[in-house]
Amino acid sequence: MDVISVLLGGMAAGMVLFVVSVGLSVTMGLMGFVNLAHGAFAMLGGYAIVLSMKHWGLPFPAALAFGFVFVAAVSVVAERLLYAPLYRASELDQVLLTIGLVFVMIAAVTLGVGPETQTVVLPAWLSGQTDLGFLQYRTYSLALIAAGTALMLALWLGFERTRIGARIRAAVDNRRMAQSMGVDVGRLFTLTFALGSGLAAIGGGLGAEILGLDPQYPFRYLAYFLIVVAVGGLGRIAGVFFAAILIGVLDFVLKIYFPKGGTLFIYALTLILLLARPQGLFGKRVG
Amino acid sequence: MNAATELARRHRWRWWEALPWVVSLACYFAFPNYLAFGTQVLITILFALSLDLVLGYAGIVTLGHAAFFGAGAYTVGMLAMHWGWNEPLSGLLAAALVAGTIGLASGLVLLRTQGLALLMLTLCTMALLEQAANMGAAWTGGFDGMPGLSFGKILGVFGFDVLYYRSQYLYALAALFACFLLVRMLVYSSFGQSLTGIRENLLRMHAVGAPVRGRQVLAYAVSAALAGVAGALFTQANGYVNLAVLGLERSAGVLIVLILGGYGRLYGAFVGAVAYMLLEDVLAKAYPTAWQLGLGVTLVVVALYARNGILGMGDALWRRLQNRAAP
Amino acid sequence: MNFGALEVARKVNFRLARGARHALIGPNGAGKTTFVNLLTGLLLPSRGSILLEGEDVTSLPQARRVKRGIARTFQINQLFRGLTVQENVGIAVSERLGIGGAMLRPAGKRSDVMAEAARLIDMLKLGDDAGRRVVELPYGRQRLVEIAIALGLNPRVLLLDEPAAGIPSTETHILLDAIATLPKDIAVLIIEHDMDLVFRFADRITVLVSGSVFAEGTPAEIAANREVRAIYLGTALDG
Repeated sequence: MDVISVLLGGMAAGMVLFVVSVGLSVTMGLMGFVNLAHGAFAMLGGYAIVLSMKHWGLPFPAALAFGFVFVAAVSVVAERLLYAPLYRASELDQVLLTIGLVFVMIAAVTLGVGPETQTVVLPAWLSGQTDLGFLQYRTYSLALIAAGTALMLALWLGFERTRIGARIRAAVDNRRMAQSMGVDVGRLFTLTFALGSGLAAIGGGLGAEILGLDPQYPFRYLAYFLIVVAVGGLGRIAGVFFAAILIGVLDFVLKIYFPKGGTLFIYALTLILLLARPQGLFGKRVG
Repeated sequence: MNAATELARRHRWRWWEALPWVVSLACYFAFPNYLAFGTQVLITILFALSLDLVLGYAGIVTLGHAAFFGAGAYTVGMLAMHWGWNEPLSGLLAAALVAGTIGLASGLVLLRTQGLALLMLTLCTMALLEQAANMGAAWTGGFDGMPGLSFGKILGVFGFDVLYYRSQYLYALAALFACFLLVRMLVYSSFGQSLTGIRENLLRMHAVGAPVRGRQVLAYAVSAALAGVAGALFTQANGYVNLAVLGLERSAGVLIVLILGGYGRLYGAFVGAVAYMLLEDVLAKAYPTAWQLGLGVTLVVVALYARNGILGMGDALWRRLQNRAAP
Repeated sequence: MNFGALEVARKVNFRLARGARHALIGPNGAGKTTFVNLLTGLLLPSRGSILLEGEDVTSLPQARRVKRGIARTFQINQLFRGLTVQENVGIAVSERLGIGGAMLRPAGKRSDVMAEAARLIDMLKLGDDAGRRVVELPYGRQRLVEIAIALGLNPRVLLLDEPAAGIPSTETHILLDAIATLPKDIAVLIIEHDMDLVFRFADRITVLVSGSVFAEGTPAEIAANREVRAIYLGTALDG
């Protein structure tokens, strides 16, 4: 396989990682909450998207929108009822809550749908190959790369240029000061959490082709999402983007050339990186 | 001085502290067909006890404690398979040494961080070991592990009973007892008190001149060694070892056990392991998905309302009763 | 030093004499707590150095400075809330005696630690509460525990950050009595807003305003200083 195809394949996977993980990075940076259930929201979204296409015949884009709204709504309920009471609690309590949520969501999906892997039927305009001139490549992967980059730019602009983005950034950097300047931090949390979870849902749907979709999804990919977030830096959109691409490409490359040692390399790399820079590649140094 | 004398007496054995051991021995005679299950429970208690030292007392949140369990398990397995060294007691010692050394090395490096970075690093360390075990098939048997291991007689007299786990049960019980004595001593010592201080108020511990990181690393290393003993017992008692001794599921499992029982309380490990494994044995086999759902709901409820576990709820109840009795 | 774009504790040339009974006063936000944080190692200065009896301790972390003899109390209590008063003080004394890491003997059987802790608890009139958990005590008594811990470290330099805050005025004498029992060669620096306490305690007063030393002198000099009175709007210093 030549270099470009491998790179493109890795980037496509990286894009999926990005779409799922960006929400986690922002909410963890904003709320300081260890949310291990983020992958489960992605799974939930994936199922919502795939099933709405299968049973209601929704076209792909509409299904994505549906997944976003559905999971965002679920996450708002979860945030108000379950997460909010633990914002000041210890890390351990947060870990427990979110692991519990993962179990609940996996069980719910297994009971409601079944343990089989879900397959996505892609619309015609996304299937097949596209001719890039020097290379023929999977249309879907190219679309993912384009969409992911567009999303990154949109989010980045949103954060840097809008008032609400400024508020979020301020609250990430210094919550107390933002609060004393009149920012309604509680509502900001809910909004950001909903946005992040909704994006995760889209990521789950988009990634069904590449990462697969079954009830074990959260546990299988939890480490990847956490690594992307930790390496990219909390609350750093560009950081998560590059970290996701890095991990995606690395993983893809290693799976081809070193199928046995690949994952080990990624964990070792993360270990070394976090030791050298605990705040991630792009994160802010904590006090 | 009332408070001082109370503190001076705290480490003394109370009568109910004999209960776990009496009950365990009674089970040996009362349930001869369930000793295999009982042995797994004892091993889990030891594993959870080791986690309690690092999590419940030193306050270090780790998702990678299975790394040390696995290190001990594989040490004993590899010694038996590749060097024919299957003497059980020295195997336990070797496992403790290997796991403890890994704990010391990783603790020195990892405990420079905190929060998310530390959590991730504990995960990564364990995942690294898991991948290494997967890859080093020549040594570890890779994905399939090492089945069919046999071990020598304990103290040269008691052979391992593959069918009924009779000697395994008592062997595990004895090992658990010895390790428990160690943990109990540590917890009541000045060292243990300083660990509690670190957990309760890190800033204050620095401000009284305590060498905080050194204490944490020491607790981490001792805890790792104990987890290694638990892992070694697993391999010896069951006669096999595979990748399941490492990995997120085992780490999360022991964490759940400890939280359910109540962390930071020495006996939480006992209560949690018994409660969890009994429930799991009964429910998980019959209704696996419902079990997962129930477990998840329980964890959510515990995180929100009962973070001190069963023993914690018992404590709160006891205190409420006392307040009602006294005017 | 700098907090982002904000420069705090700008030019502080400060000398705490051996055996001093020194008070640091100034309006809110003047940088007094920051100053103590710099002295104890909780914060590192962007410029300048900190010397303890000639030895440069600027690069030493908190715990090492404590071992050199600098102890402090915090403006907001930093206690082991789930532990009893006896245990709180006991931990400090154990660390000071160097046996904080001992693993073999039960903590409660260390008679030297227990006796010393009991002595400090009595000195601060906390004897009745010794066996109660800190979280159950009223705030004022918790404050006294905070001070007992600092005393338990047997410091050469004692830094008290608003020690009387939260203590009912009828009990502040307990604090002063405890300080009075300290060896005369220990230097004590108090940050306070309670002017009555300041004037009863201090031999020397430094006034900190906007991060710089505004005035320094004996209590009489400071009380007579017009500009200082202006900063405090006159009334408080008439005591």
